[in-house]
Amino acid sequence: MDKAKKRKLALTWTCIAALYLVILILELTMRPTSILFTVLKKGAIYSLVAVSMNLLNGFTGLFSLGQAGFMLIGAYTYAILTMPSEVKTSQSVYKYYQCFITFDTGVFIGLLAAGLMAALFAFLIGLPVLRLKSDYLAIATLGFAEIVRAVFQWDVLGPVTNGANLLRSYIDLTRVTIPFTDIPFPPTLFVFIAAGVCILLIVLLINSSYGRAFKAIRDDETAAEAMGINLFRHKELSFVISSFFAGISGALLAMFQYTVQAQQFKSMMTYEILLIVVIGGIGSISGSCIASFLYITLSEWWLRGLDMGTFLGINAPGLFRSGFRKLVFSIIIMIIVLFFSRGIMGDKELSFTRIKAFFQRKGKNRKEVKA
Amino acid sequence: MTQSLLELRNVTMQFGGVVAVNDFSMHVDEGEIVALIGPNGAGKTTAFNCITGVYEPTNGEILYRGHTVVVSHPHGKMKKNYAGHNAELYMDRKIIHPTPDEVTKLGIARTFQNIRLFKSMTVYDNVLTAMHLRARQNVFSSVFRLSYKEERRMREDTDRLLKEQDLYKYKDEKATSLPYGKQRRLEIARALATEPELLLLDEPAAGMNPQETKELSSFIREIKDKYNLTVFMIEHHMDLVMGISDRIYVLDFGSPIAEGTPEEIQSNERVIKAYLGESDEI
Repeated sequence: MDKAKKRKLALTWTCIAALYLVILILELTMRPTSILFTVLKKGAIYSLVAVSMNLLNGFTGLFSLGQAGFMLIGAYTYAILTMPSEVKTSQSVYKYYQCFITFDTGVFIGLLAAGLMAALFAFLIGLPVLRLKSDYLAIATLGFAEIVRAVFQWDVLGPVTNGANLLRSYIDLTRVTIPFTDIPFPPTLFVFIAAGVCILLIVLLINSSYGRAFKAIRDDETAAEAMGINLFRHKELSFVISSFFAGISGALLAMFQYTVQAQQFKSMMTYEILLIVVIGGIGSISGSCIASFLYITLSEWWLRGLDMGTFLGINAPGLFRSGFRKLVFSIIIMIIVLFFSRGIMGDKELSFTRIKAFFQRKGKNRKEVKA
Repeated sequence: MTQSLLELRNVTMQFGGVVAVNDFSMHVDEGEIVALIGPNGAGKTTAFNCITGVYEPTNGEILYRGHTVVVSHPHGKMKKNYAGHNAELYMDRKIIHPTPDEVTKLGIARTFQNIRLFKSMTVYDNVLTAMHLRARQNVFSSVFRLSYKEERRMREDTDRLLKEQDLYKYKDEKATSLPYGKQRRLEIARALATEPELLLLDEPAAGMNPQETKELSSFIREIKDKYNLTVFMIEHHMDLVMGISDRIYVLDFGSPIAEGTPEEIQSNERVIKAYLGESDEI
């Protein structure tokens, strides 16, 4: 029994290692501007934020919609901290303000600080907000995200946030180097490693004693409390941890985009992430990852033709013009919600036994049809 | 006189204009099995919820091992509308109202009238989750598996508890897929996992057939001896109550009407009246 478990674990790790190796090889051989890398990078970043949202919505049962706000905090913290101090003082970025922060940090500290800053905000906002339940919590967190977006564009905070102007020239993905050398770090691999480590931590959390307590709160608050689980403390913990990783994913998004502007972190972004979580299955980590790559691939790559005039070889510029992609996308989403309301994975995780069972069942069905 | 394990003093619970429990005083001594009975709507579960911290009583005091756990007096809106007794008794006391998890931490575990298991979890995880209360790991040591020894101990304890409760063979099944009687048993096992001294059972025999009820009564005695428990329960099945209780309290319309051994209660006129109704002049 235990041996089989160990073998499965080893197999999983081998697969993950293989995946990373494939990415490394792809990066060394293919054109770095290929759309594939854009999709992979953005997919990995969205995987992380979707998993962090799933920790809250799927595993703790807290319906929160503040993810974009925490990503924004993370992105700004990272961008401001890692921007070289000579750029900050040279007025090339801070044109209208005297930058208040005069030091700069490395990538690792920047990422960590991004997470910690988001976690700090989550802690403070969680104190009043987490006493609310279900829909009210969603509204309050959504409001918080909007307030953060507005405040970060506020003139008075200009010396820190550069007002409504964008931030750039910080350490983005092309400038990351392998530690102690000048060799550039393969960017896609970097995103995969950063997001992978974070997701691994969340998985470890979910399978720990605390993760079980979170699930207990999701299943039945009254019973969880009667079993000695302090509701508020555990909700706050889940909220802070989720926001920590949302902050890191915001920082990764900033690295990926080369520029950051508060304007882009609209509530639309939260809905996108919520959509990924729902499509992947509420309460499934692997589901969130699969759904996020699927979503990004569709919206950034495969359905792009719908906006550009040609799709699947059909040239119809009158029909396939800007905005049509959104329409098709909405229809796909409606189909998913109507017919696969539990998402791709439900609340189960992807495993080899499950894949095997899936194909065996398929084969069986086919045989039955033949007979 | 030896100190009581649990003591309620003048506990009153008022919802709006309705006094659900009125001036209820009682005590449970260590090692006893005490039952609380009364017709439907008499306020039994409300009294339970006051003890476990779900409700903050409007007035009164609750002590555990001689220490005050809950104390309250009518305040806020209730100050004007209070319809219970002894409002002045606790007026100068500072209000203490613990959350249910703090009460559980003291060593008071409970089950629910309508079974409340963690629905999405397996039988095994249900019990394992309840061990979280006594775990000493913090979130970092548990994420980075630094407390793997404790985790292993928790898993061993869960295995042991499930074996003792005869639930081990169901361990990987979903909790809600068990037959009703087994779900009850699992709920009690889960409560035992919090290492209680006092076990509160809210209608443990509700929905059980006579055979299961019979088993339950020996089961309660068994766990009481095995885990050194004191049991305080609400029950409707008179066979069960009369068979195992050392003492019985009777509530009717929120007020205590009788207290005593099963024999005394059986022959108490007020109790008979409360249950059967008063006979009209024929």
